[in-house]
Amino acid sequence: MLFKNLMEHMGIEPDRVHFSWISSAESTKFVDVVNEVTAAVKALGPNKNFIIKAA
Amino acid sequence: MLGYIDKIKEISERVLKEGTVEMVIGFQKGTLPMMNEPCFVKCSGDVQRLVWDSNCGINLANYLTDRKEKIAVIAKGCDSRNIVTHIIENKIKRDQLFIIGVPCNGMIDKSKIASMFEKEIIEVVEDQNNIIVKGEGFEETLKKGDVLQENCAICIHRNPVIYDELVSDMVEEQRDVDRYEDVRRIEEMEPDKKYGFFDDLLSACIRCYACRDACPLCYCPTCFVDESRPQWVGKGQDPVDIRTFHFLRAYHCAGRCTDCGACERACPMEIKVRTFTKKLEKDCLEAYGWEAGMSLDERPPLDTFRPDDPEDFIK
Repeated sequence: MLFKNLMEHMGIEPDRVHFSWISSAESTKFVDVVNEVTAAVKALGPNKNFIIKAA
Repeated sequence: MLGYIDKIKEISERVLKEGTVEMVIGFQKGTLPMMNEPCFVKCSGDVQRLVWDSNCGINLANYLTDRKEKIAVIAKGCDSRNIVTHIIENKIKRDQLFIIGVPCNGMIDKSKIASMFEKEIIEVVEDQNNIIVKGEGFEETLKKGDVLQENCAICIHRNPVIYDELVSDMVEEQRDVDRYEDVRRIEEMEPDKKYGFFDDLLSACIRCYACRDACPLCYCPTCFVDESRPQWVGKGQDPVDIRTFHFLRAYHCAGRCTDCGACERACPMEIKVRTFTKKLEKDCLEAYGWEAGMSLDERPPLDTFRPDDPEDFIK
């Protein structure tokens, strides 16, 4: 939580970083989380910050 | 605070003479004004080197890491909290230490004072409430309260939390201080604005690592920035690498930082590096009710689990 908060404090959008705890037996939860994460990140668009630009 | 020094010398001389300790860690006058330096006194005849004034902002807990001998250390409120952290983290044993507690009235901000004058400052003296700054052709008196280090101005633990002997009566703690006004100001910004704010903040960084070296919490034998196999973070001046360093250095201090201000004081570029650690400090207080270094009997939040720990960030 501290880590996520610090990332957000520094300017990373809240929806870009996700945390989840999924057991190997929870395949449906895994799919749900993946869908949720990709939808949230797609909505934000490409990341512009915190990228090292190729020289 | 000026009257402390006689008592400090007296205690230091006594513990060295009696053989209670092998070394006293305190401050001696530095070569430049407002720059007292740490001083290691090993024989009772040398205690005259010790000084105490409003320029003792360095955190002396930094010099205790992994020491084997018996040491007397002079500790302000913040130093004492870092000593507690050191003991909790097994970096030194309580019975190795003789802690000379110094109730503190705050240290002065050397950068702020230097920026107030165009000419070079040659001498800085002080009385109870005033700082007298002297240079070639000028002399000015400043109120100490106006030139305190930022962390001292908002300090709520001025008195040592752990000590063997105090040099004076406890001072009155500051109340009704808004410790997190600046953190909230950043929290209110939009993500892009936040990102830009930290870009500006760190634009002057030269990667000298003085902030890390001054910090009593940073005692890893090899710091992650110095590691080359694997290389966790680029070593150049790329803004992203600079940010990664500051961000991770701060995160390593999560739940441990006492806001002693040693990092900010050490920065030659005058970067407000506490901006990172203060966010963590605020979150630790809000989420876990935790202030670092207040007690030897409590484990820090990052190495304990409580059923009521906030976990709404986990899906």
